[in-house]
Amino acid sequence: MSPPPFELFYEEHREEIYGFLVRRLGSQRAEDAFQETFLKALRAYPKLRHGEHLRAWAYTIASRVAIDEHRRPRADAELPELESLDGRPAFAQLEHLADALPPTERAAVVLRYGYDLDYTDIGAALGSNATAARQAASSGIRRLRKKESS
Amino acid sequence: MNPVSPELDRRFRDAAASENLLDVAYDFVDTPVGSLLVATSERGLCRISYDAEPERELERLARTFGVRVLRSPKPVDEARRELDEYFEGNRRRFDLRLDLALLADFNRRVLDELARVPYGEVVTYGELAARSERPRAARAVGTVMNRNPLPIVLPCHRVIGANGKLVGYGGGLERKEQLLRLEGAIL
Repeated sequence: MSPPPFELFYEEHREEIYGFLVRRLGSQRAEDAFQETFLKALRAYPKLRHGEHLRAWAYTIASRVAIDEHRRPRADAELPELESLDGRPAFAQLEHLADALPPTERAAVVLRYGYDLDYTDIGAALGSNATAARQAASSGIRRLRKKESS
Repeated sequence: MNPVSPELDRRFRDAAASENLLDVAYDFVDTPVGSLLVATSERGLCRISYDAEPERELERLARTFGVRVLRSPKPVDEARRELDEYFEGNRRRFDLRLDLALLADFNRRVLDELARVPYGEVVTYGELAARSERPRAARAVGTVMNRNPLPIVLPCHRVIGANGKLVGYGGGLERKEQLLRLEGAIL
């Protein structure tokens, strides 16, 4: 099934994505990040091959935008350093590694270890709950370890 | 919970249109014949719909023009203004760009002829068929009228039966009568 008309996708996810960005960035910076998130989604939307996992997809874009927003130098705030030790952002490596996982585990692993979301947010992104998100992330990690060692 | 403010929502919808990211922008336009869903592609006006069930109409637009369908008022403003003027009796023809690129040749030819039927005049299905160089295709012309993607702007309300009866209208006969009365074609 192809993705729904963008309007329906936007109506369904705008409130929770905005809430998520407010929690990550505070309400002032969340407004710009909100617009950026959905403009990015709009640019990528025609390339989607199906309409599944759109919520997790939206959260992934929002997480990436939130990280970029964090990196932007601002005079009025000291922000935590989010890059990994070798200078590459953690999520860039993880997204590639996690490509082979089933979609739910992949989203859980990337959002947890790449973007540092807590399990409540990941549960929301997956349309389930914190417990299910924790399970998906840990079984994803187990699967990655197995792949690594084989 | 912080709801998305109307200003923020509007800002996104405006930005999506001004950055040319939409396959179709649409909005609702209030008129004396009801609320119309009016949609425009980058090529021009592409749909006017009576009594739209939004979800179904959006699916249809997405299938025809592409999935980036978003409610965004600005791109529809020109059509809104011309429709307002028409219903106020201050406009007799529309100057909007129309997107008929995806229609079959016959449909487009018939609609081109239809666009030439002047304000306040009527024509029969058979006559319109003849003008479209298919004199025996009155019934097919009826089907094209029924599927007219741009009612009002492409005036299928001006097409009537050979016996002078109004026959049919995609938006319902009551509206056909209302439009013809507005134009002074019937009393």
